[in-house]
Amino acid sequence: MTMASPEISPAAGGAPPSGGTSRIAARARLEEALLPSLVALLVAAIVGDALIVSFGQAPAAVFRLLLDGTWGNSYGFGQVLYKATTLTFTGLAIAFALRAGLFNIGAESQLAAGGFTAAVVGLSLPPGLPWIVMLPVYVAAAALGGGIVGGVAGELKSRFGAHEVITTIMLNFIVLALLSYLTSTYLKVPETLHTTEIRSGAVPRLADFFEPFHGSAANLVIVVAALSCATAWWYLFRTRRGFELRAVGLQPEAAEYAGVRPGAVWTRAMAISGAIAGVGGLNFVLGYKHYYEEGFAGGAGFLGIAVALVGGTHPLGVALAALLFATISQGGLAVNALVPKQFVEVLQAVVIIAVAVSVPEVRRLLRARRRNA
Amino acid sequence: MRKLLVLLAVLLLVHGAFLFVRPSGASAARTQADVNVGIVFDVGGRGDKSFNDGAYVGGTRAERELGAHVRFIEPGDGSDRESGLRLLAAEGMDLVIGVGFIFTDDITQLAKDYPNTKFAGIDFAVSSDRYGNPILPPPNVAALKFREEQGSFLVGALAALESRTKKVGFIGGMDSPLIQKFEVGYRAGVKQVCPRCTVLVGYAGVTPEAFRNPGKGKELALSQYGQGADIIYHASGSTGLGVFEAARQTGHLAIGVDADQYAEAPGHVLTSMVKGVDEAVYDVIKLVKEHRFKGGIYQLGLAEHGVGYVYDANNRALIPDSVRARVETLGADIVAGRINVPSTR
Repeated sequence: MTMASPEISPAAGGAPPSGGTSRIAARARLEEALLPSLVALLVAAIVGDALIVSFGQAPAAVFRLLLDGTWGNSYGFGQVLYKATTLTFTGLAIAFALRAGLFNIGAESQLAAGGFTAAVVGLSLPPGLPWIVMLPVYVAAAALGGGIVGGVAGELKSRFGAHEVITTIMLNFIVLALLSYLTSTYLKVPETLHTTEIRSGAVPRLADFFEPFHGSAANLVIVVAALSCATAWWYLFRTRRGFELRAVGLQPEAAEYAGVRPGAVWTRAMAISGAIAGVGGLNFVLGYKHYYEEGFAGGAGFLGIAVALVGGTHPLGVALAALLFATISQGGLAVNALVPKQFVEVLQAVVIIAVAVSVPEVRRLLRARRRNA
Repeated sequence: MRKLLVLLAVLLLVHGAFLFVRPSGASAARTQADVNVGIVFDVGGRGDKSFNDGAYVGGTRAERELGAHVRFIEPGDGSDRESGLRLLAAEGMDLVIGVGFIFTDDITQLAKDYPNTKFAGIDFAVSSDRYGNPILPPPNVAALKFREEQGSFLVGALAALESRTKKVGFIGGMDSPLIQKFEVGYRAGVKQVCPRCTVLVGYAGVTPEAFRNPGKGKELALSQYGQGADIIYHASGSTGLGVFEAARQTGHLAIGVDADQYAEAPGHVLTSMVKGVDEAVYDVIKLVKEHRFKGGIYQLGLAEHGVGYVYDANNRALIPDSVRARVETLGADIVAGRINVPSTR
């Protein structure tokens, strides 16, 4: 897993300077990226071992079962990919905002809002339109839904100075209650929590191309996730707007002195962040169930915070961290016969804490060595 | 760097050592019993003191009394529901049970993928076609539904017989057909024994949040007690905790729902309308064991012991023998078909 530092160094993702020093710098960067995550994973594994023993089970058997149920068979792996897709979107959304110095705690409601607007669009379309034509429409609808929710928080910050942590948390309550009301009053099938089925432009599942995935929810929205990561990377590290965004994230006053308007950057960053989270709603709504279901977000918006931090707020790191958390989540289901569900929740928390501690600590050790060398 | 390498080596060593730990009693692959059952709980899972716990009780009883091997799965997010069912079906379980109406779509889908596995859904939502006829679930699915209106009818009659003010209340959670069923049955029970009694009705809201709002429940209950009601029946999830709070505060009575809720306000709980989820789970496992399982819609009412009301040492003092006898007669009439309890407004 890549664990780029959460701080932004000017070189991060930039063109590598040429010459002999670059190879040393590149090696140093690789060490700083990989070693902390290795340490963190080992610490998490040991805490997991202790927990498993306390449940009266053998760690080797449980971890074996966990791997068998995730990367060991194609159905389990498909489920990991499915879960990782949603987490990549929410993690990327939060990482994007973090690069602008903003803590977006509202990915949960942005995800739900994106799924909801996509479902509303889908329900009003005539049946049978091809997915390849419809996908851009759905992406736009979901981005709009999530983008509005995120944009409101950004605008409240740039216009009134309202702290985005507070506004996004409160928007979670408001938006989720509103969606729940709209669904149950206008769209719901009786005796269920979901809308009627969307008959137009359902995204094919990976099983349609690769039979062993049969039954797993993994679908082509994963390609949209990969493209989103690539686009976010390009925007952040290859465009002027991205440079401005990172400059504001590092030091808003300095950026303003240099001629950047932080307010405009904050609104834009939160709108884009919300839009990314919103598109994540397509994974469930369009790729899996083909309807909007109340509560489908299921905490993915909050777990996205961990994904963004563990992934070092770098798009590639986010995708890898999403795979890790998806593996733990799906693996928890596979080992549920031996250890309770809370095992997984504790393990996820330990990974987060271990990364938070080991990133600065390992970097300190590495830098101390370099100074001595 | 040396420090770091030492750290890595130590961590690896500790983890490696743990991998050799095998506590005594760690379960190796258990020997397969002659009936293997998988149960997937609703998100929220164990510890709800109602639905999921009921299924757990039924499952463990089947383990004890029928020698069944039961595996429980607690899902995390929405996609885990189907995933949990699928894991169990793929493992070759004879019977897979989904606890809660939210499993309806997942079970329907799975039943087609695994035609040789038997499935059961608690509160399975049976949809109807445009002529109003129920659409049958796949042949390997048992839809276990409860006639909550029958149990509500009995507690309604009980409330009317006990009421001194001839005014009783009903508080529902989310205003929806599922909860209206409770209200309609309750109202019919009241009218059966006391045509001139009034029933005050309140709902906590129109979204699922209405099942988790004790503050609103207390507010509604205080208002109904204030209007002269002296007994209130609630069907509102944890919103009902507020109803019990109001009963305790004003010294009135309340009626619980789903499970025996006497402990919520001892002395102020007249009775509880109980749903036999444990019984239903146990029975369906027994059917599978005896090779008598058949798919279809099962309506579990008074006759099947699917619903009932609590009468035990705790509330015996609150219910005179004559009242108890009257309610028992009404129950027998429903079982015999002499009384038909409506389920819709």
